[in-house]
Amino acid sequence: MSKNSKLSILTNGILNENPVLRLVLGTCPTLAVTSMASNGIGMGLAATFVLVCSNVVISALRKVIPNQVRIPCYITVIAGFVSVVQMLVKAFVQPLDEALGVYLPLIVVNCIILGRAEAFASKNGVLDSALDGIGMGIGFTCTLTIMGTIREVLGSGTWMSGLDGLLPFLPEGFKIQVIPTSIDPFTIMTSAPGGFFVFGVMMAAATWLTTRPKKEKAAPAEAEEGGNA
Amino acid sequence: MALKLASIFFTMILVDNYVLQKFLGICPFLGVSKKLDSAVGMSLAVTFVMVMATAATWPIYKFILSPEGSEGTPRDMAYLQTIVFILIIAILVQLLENILKKYIPALYKSLGVYLPLITTNCTILGVTILNLDNGYSFIESIVCSAGAGIGFLVAMVLFSGVRRRVEEANPPKCFEGLPITLVAAAMTSLSFMGFGGIVEAIFGG
Repeated sequence: MSKNSKLSILTNGILNENPVLRLVLGTCPTLAVTSMASNGIGMGLAATFVLVCSNVVISALRKVIPNQVRIPCYITVIAGFVSVVQMLVKAFVQPLDEALGVYLPLIVVNCIILGRAEAFASKNGVLDSALDGIGMGIGFTCTLTIMGTIREVLGSGTWMSGLDGLLPFLPEGFKIQVIPTSIDPFTIMTSAPGGFFVFGVMMAAATWLTTRPKKEKAAPAEAEEGGNA
Repeated sequence: MALKLASIFFTMILVDNYVLQKFLGICPFLGVSKKLDSAVGMSLAVTFVMVMATAATWPIYKFILSPEGSEGTPRDMAYLQTIVFILIIAILVQLLENILKKYIPALYKSLGVYLPLITTNCTILGVTILNLDNGYSFIESIVCSAGAGIGFLVAMVLFSGVRRRVEEANPPKCFEGLPITLVAAAMTSLSFMGFGGIVEAIFGG
């Protein structure tokens, strides 16, 4: 396979086949953890780790696993890696464990991972599957971070609060105040309805970006702003 | 006791509704809520699997994986929770699939691909783990799961009504399909926020 197609496997997951916005997989964690941008990053990285590892293992075992029982086999592999992530997070990033709560073990049932195992890793080689995992993981992490940013800035007026839990060298209580505290934040954005709303608007923006006629080159920045309003 | 059970049950339906407030089980919520009868069938199947899964996982966790007094000893196998639970759920779903195929083929057909997907429905794994996290007793766990299932049913039925109106509407091109459905879900979720505190007020929980 040429270098070009390897690159396209990697970049496919970022916009064209963005798992959340275009394939509509993994919606539950997307909505649940994105009330803060830093949680989005943490969740994205945890899911990426599981995605890459399970893609590699499943692709390596694809000739061994009998076709009839493949789904239970995949789930067992994924659940194994999720348990690894759970232990690692509990041991080294305690604050993230508290922030993600039940959504951390729920990575097992994140449809992105099973979906990629079934659609990609079961048919392709180990290296390609790893690249696909990384690409999809980056797409997932970026989407979660952007969505978390929108919801956090509008809903609490801050950005990246709680990042000190992920990066220990940051001072405790680290956050960037985007909207001055004198303005009341739009708290509905951090609760459930805001999640659905922002997700809907972002999905519309992604549809518009990937299907719009090619001539409007300058438009993307505008679309983002329009999407946030 | 009865009061506490009722309080758990109604909290799960109205205040902590899994779909609209906790974002669990969004995929089937968006996928199957187009038609009322498949929405009801799906929710009943999910409720059944939820209660069965809780009935199976609670004793397994409490008596086999992490028996009382084993914390910190090599006997404590709580770390196997995720793997064991998901396999139990997968087996239950397979069982349900065989039963439906044999006795209610019409429902089996209308659920289609979403039936095996109940395995990866996060509400089920979520409710079994949350029951243990909350330290509920066996009876409380069962009631909580039933409440979560009925809550799922309520959300699906309400939303399939909302959705019929949305399908007839004429949104901008890029909002067609899922995006406008999600915005409608936001409104439905907003209406459920109005229930906050109602259960404490009635049952004094």
